[in-house]
Amino acid sequence: MLLEKLCNADGVSGNEKEVREIIKEYAKDYADEIICDTMGNLMLKKCGKSSKKTVMISCHMDEVGFIISGINKDGYLEFQSVGGIDTRVIISKKVRIGKDKVKGIIGLKAIHLTTKSEREKVPKESDLFIDIGAKDADDARKYVKLGDYAAFDTEYEKLGESSIKAKAIDDRAGCCILCELIKEELPYDTWFCFCVQEEVGLRGAQIVANRINPDIALVVESTTCSDVPGAKEHEYVTRMNYGAAVSIMDRSTIVPKDFSQWLYNTAEKNGIKVQYKSLVSGGNDAGAIHKSLAGIKTASVSVPCRYLHSPVSIASEKDIEAVKELCRKYLTGIDEII
Amino acid sequence: MELLKILASEYGPSGREEKIRDTIIKYAKDITEDIKTDVLGNLIVHKKGNGKKVMVAAHMDEIGVIATVTDENGFIRFSPVGGLNNKDLIARRVVFENGVVGVIGSEEDNKDRKIAKMYIDIGAKNREEASEKVKTGDMAVFCGEFIDSGDTVISKALDNRAGCYVMLEAMKRINTENDLYFVFTSQEEVGLRGAKTAAYSIAPDYALAIDVTDTGDTPEGIKMEVKLGNGAAIKVMDRSILCDSYIRSVLIETAKKNNISYQLEIMNDGGTDAGAISLSGTGVKTGGISIPTRYIHSPSEMVSKKDLNSCIELLTAFVNNI
Repeated sequence: MLLEKLCNADGVSGNEKEVREIIKEYAKDYADEIICDTMGNLMLKKCGKSSKKTVMISCHMDEVGFIISGINKDGYLEFQSVGGIDTRVIISKKVRIGKDKVKGIIGLKAIHLTTKSEREKVPKESDLFIDIGAKDADDARKYVKLGDYAAFDTEYEKLGESSIKAKAIDDRAGCCILCELIKEELPYDTWFCFCVQEEVGLRGAQIVANRINPDIALVVESTTCSDVPGAKEHEYVTRMNYGAAVSIMDRSTIVPKDFSQWLYNTAEKNGIKVQYKSLVSGGNDAGAIHKSLAGIKTASVSVPCRYLHSPVSIASEKDIEAVKELCRKYLTGIDEII
Repeated sequence: MELLKILASEYGPSGREEKIRDTIIKYAKDITEDIKTDVLGNLIVHKKGNGKKVMVAAHMDEIGVIATVTDENGFIRFSPVGGLNNKDLIARRVVFENGVVGVIGSEEDNKDRKIAKMYIDIGAKNREEASEKVKTGDMAVFCGEFIDSGDTVISKALDNRAGCYVMLEAMKRINTENDLYFVFTSQEEVGLRGAKTAAYSIAPDYALAIDVTDTGDTPEGIKMEVKLGNGAAIKVMDRSILCDSYIRSVLIETAKKNNISYQLEIMNDGGTDAGAISLSGTGVKTGGISIPTRYIHSPSEMVSKKDLNSCIELLTAFVNNI
């Protein structure tokens, strides 16, 4: 299955090649033109019946992870996070490093060595290290180099009837949706864009938008879903199994009201489960896209995803399906929006 | 001050500038017919000429709040639109686009004054009743009546309707061959967004941003040279820009030559459209004229009428002469 393959591939920001290759291989036969730019953004053009409007739909290929920043004399690896990671959720978790996917564990000094005040605080990233079972620095260097990337070592699995657990659902769910939709017959020339380095500051999307200069853009994302014990309803942001999440505003974008309402109403009209992303938090590629050039009309629709940016996230296959169907309506309903 | 009153009283939080834009169009129409609105909602007023291409920008959006989730008892949770001072929010009145007024309340246990623990009370009995009046995504702005109090005026949204006022008044007086773009920008309060795309499409030779600036003249206030009533503030720097030295010197020379009171502005907190414009395309020589303002981002911002006039005169003379 494509989503499984995409989630199991490693693509920490700046190192998206593995993911890009899977997408290219899967989608190339449906594209009329393929561009891979200097940063590694992948853009596939699907010609439509008309070239009067240029349509963009985008997702990002990269995921949060780590970069190896040092090897100490005992063979432990120092690291820095790439993208926003909560150190509380990474302790004792498995990672795989570099091209050879060397296995390691994120370690922390044992509890009997800590002071009371240390135990009451969240450990800093610099207190943690990756243990690959090496004897010493020389042994570690046989397997790992400075600058190697580490990704969470998590395998995709089905949970229950219609949920999945995996790393990097953010935003391989979006990648998977775009790969399916490129097979459609479309009214206008449409660019399917797979961006790099979203997690480190919406970098890839910036130059993609500059190149494509579309009349309209939709960002397909995975967004936080906090419908868990301890959270109140107004803190959920999105709810799992409640369908596609349409953004109204986040830290990077205020979505044009007519565009977000069109998405919401179109979903309702067509029996696609839909919800608003109901808290102004986070940002995504829409932030870079809508401000590029002379301005681009941009909206976002997301898959609700629990435990985002952690070693293992959970999402609903039904929500993914809802996002896909809403994206399909967008691609075929452009004339109703602009 | 009638025009300033109309501008300041109009509704227009970031991203929802339709109403304030329509109001400005009514006055800009008298000057030129070449008026357009771009994708981000910027209002671009073009007065064609054969000389230098000059862009003057004043943002028309104001800070506000956005409704997110309504609970079963009809209380509306919200997020900020622009930089709100959380400490000052409790018991403030806000008004939605459709005129519905609410009061900001807070959960009892909210020592840190977190917005996540605040809500808007519109007096609805339950979720259904509240949702008829206010929907997810609706935005509200502060209530803050316009008061003309002699030498000063007090109102909500003088940031930056005072700038819009200065620009509209200067537009009437400007007489030059320069090719002028007056841009009433959108979404400044959420990160200088409108100015970025407007500047890209205009690609001007020179640009000026007209906005408000803090003052340092209140009891035990922030350390800053600018004083209310001491004249137009010529921007030297803020968090978004180090102003072009040529523009700055032309502004100073123009003020001196025309006997316009001025002072120099170095603002440590906050950026302006000047920052976004200066970095657009391959770079634009950019400066700023600022209106000294007390209590910025509150419902009771205060400006001096004398300063407003100095700003109008300085902007007029600058654009005529550059």
